[in-house]
Amino acid sequence: MSHTVPSHPQMDVQIERKFVPKQKDLGEDVNWAQINKDVLRSLEKPRPAFWIIFFSALALFSFGVYCEVYQYQTGMGVSDLNNPQVWGLYIATFIFWIGMGHSGTLLSALLHIIHADWRKPIYRYSEAMTTFTLMTAALFVLVHMGRLWQFYYVVAYPNERWVWPNFTSPLVWDATAIGTYLTSSLLFLYMGMIPDLAICRDNAKGARRALYKFLSLGWQGTDRQWGNFKVAYMTMACFLMPLAVSVHSIVSTDFAVSQNPGWHVTSFPPYFVLGALYSGCSGIITLFIVLRYVFRFEAYMTQPILNKLIKMTFAIAMVWTYLDLIEYATTWYGSDEVARQDLVYRATGDYALQFWGMIFCAMVMPFTLLIRFVRQNYVVLLIISLILNVGMWLERFQIITPTFAKSHYPWTWTAGWWPSWVQWGIVAGSFGWFTMLFMLYCKIFPSVSMYEVKEMVHEQNMHDKLHGAQAPAHQTALGAIPEMNGGKI
Amino acid sequence: MKKTHTLALYSDPDEAANALKDLKSSGISGFRMDDVIIKSPIDHPELSELLGPRPVYIQWFTLLGVLLGPTTGLVLIASAQASFIYQVRGGRPVVPFPPDMVLTYELFILSGVLMTVLSTFVAMKLPGNRSPLYNASVSEDKIGILVKTDPASLPQINEILGRHKPLEIMGDNAR
Repeated sequence: MSHTVPSHPQMDVQIERKFVPKQKDLGEDVNWAQINKDVLRSLEKPRPAFWIIFFSALALFSFGVYCEVYQYQTGMGVSDLNNPQVWGLYIATFIFWIGMGHSGTLLSALLHIIHADWRKPIYRYSEAMTTFTLMTAALFVLVHMGRLWQFYYVVAYPNERWVWPNFTSPLVWDATAIGTYLTSSLLFLYMGMIPDLAICRDNAKGARRALYKFLSLGWQGTDRQWGNFKVAYMTMACFLMPLAVSVHSIVSTDFAVSQNPGWHVTSFPPYFVLGALYSGCSGIITLFIVLRYVFRFEAYMTQPILNKLIKMTFAIAMVWTYLDLIEYATTWYGSDEVARQDLVYRATGDYALQFWGMIFCAMVMPFTLLIRFVRQNYVVLLIISLILNVGMWLERFQIITPTFAKSHYPWTWTAGWWPSWVQWGIVAGSFGWFTMLFMLYCKIFPSVSMYEVKEMVHEQNMHDKLHGAQAPAHQTALGAIPEMNGGKI
Repeated sequence: MKKTHTLALYSDPDEAANALKDLKSSGISGFRMDDVIIKSPIDHPELSELLGPRPVYIQWFTLLGVLLGPTTGLVLIASAQASFIYQVRGGRPVVPFPPDMVLTYELFILSGVLMTVLSTFVAMKLPGNRSPLYNASVSEDKIGILVKTDPASLPQINEILGRHKPLEIMGDNAR
């Protein structure tokens, strides 16, 4: 179809009108029964790669347990944690895991509120990721404590020791915020899963059936249940949005309300929130590729959905980069000489490799996402998503270690401090623990939301039915608006 | 009089909608749209609309949660601080409200979420038994219309449901 648009008295511009249908998130041939079949199959027969990943994770976790037992029996000295290096890898990795946990629930809630349908095939495993990363992060509090047998000393309850928590301490805020987030995320995950658990119940046998029957609570999919479910799910999403932002802001106050150089920065809360989103998004991409292959989810975890995820990750990476640079600028142009020295030390001192490694992995590498080949090659993308997260882990490391190594008092300087193998072992074990839990979850529970993918297909079909699959997307009084034709009109 | 149930399964939402419209306009004595339940694998607002208003009250319980949670939380925090007056405060207030707002805010969210979940389970009548008449295909791709009616009206109801190409019509004896 062509149309003449009079743009100038002497010149008529010929615009070729060509309708290019919007790329759909899911294929045309996905039907509801097939969705059930595919997702339920993932609970039964994953690819052999599942077991390779699972047992590798188990081995890693076992090594972490060995390190923890060794530290427990020998004493905290084996970790090389000492004054002033009191946090080391344990707290750096704690923050890393808390950050990883942010994207799952936060993005799921945000995208649900704005009715971004492409979230539907990927939100379930993202929320599960949140739950397990928070559980992993919580372990580091115990590990870092050292004397596990005295854990109950820090729990606030009336006792003869008159131990009351200091409610004005960011550490208490932290514990409360993370507890709230874990509880809410777990409930959000569970609530969203009830209709799918009913599907599992209707199709499973034996012990699995009993489990699903118990967890699905007798869901029947009645109109009244759906009506209440939708309102409740949206309400919870609205709560989770500000909660997720508050949690990582509060984590940042562990640092920002102190006087230590490099930490006393006003932009820390948004910087932490964006950092959390960034590492979480990279984690979602990693798991997207792994689950897509392991559980044969090619029909649901599609390239258009991955493209949207990548675009979002890139945008978040750029905002995080901006906030990181602005933090350096504030320190550099500020009047705090110690903070400025700290910045110079980070970039040129004992931890320069980690600093520039972070810059490369987390600031430079995101630009590779602009390359089409990278976006479409799953192996390359998997590697890049892992590199992005290495960058984010290095960011946490270089926030903590250089500041402790060279703070206000020269007699406390511990330049060149390096964590012991025990710390590295426990950190490696935490990755094994997370992977093991996550893969187990995906083997027992549907990691793709069946009912929401059905909704997506239903809405896609309704749209096609109303507008016709080949109809122009927009109509105006002048006729059809010319669609973009591969970027050229 | 003891009521009886009938469940018709449809594969086409449009046919299910037509069946509901016919039921609504049938004028069968003793039959009310309140006695009709739709069972479906996804939410079908266009079908639920035909059943008439079925209000949701969850938000009121959420409101109760967000009012009670922070109030109770702040009172507990402040009373804990006030009861620990032996702590040297260095001239700072015993109950410092600005930092206490952080925990109050977290409790605001937590109680809101908990009340929402609890009220949802109550409203959805969960946990509950799957009855009356359940067919596993409604969790896959079929739409079920369940009608509770007097035994005398059952033939008329079944006739209306049968007009719109149901895959199957089941009665109480099919349980």
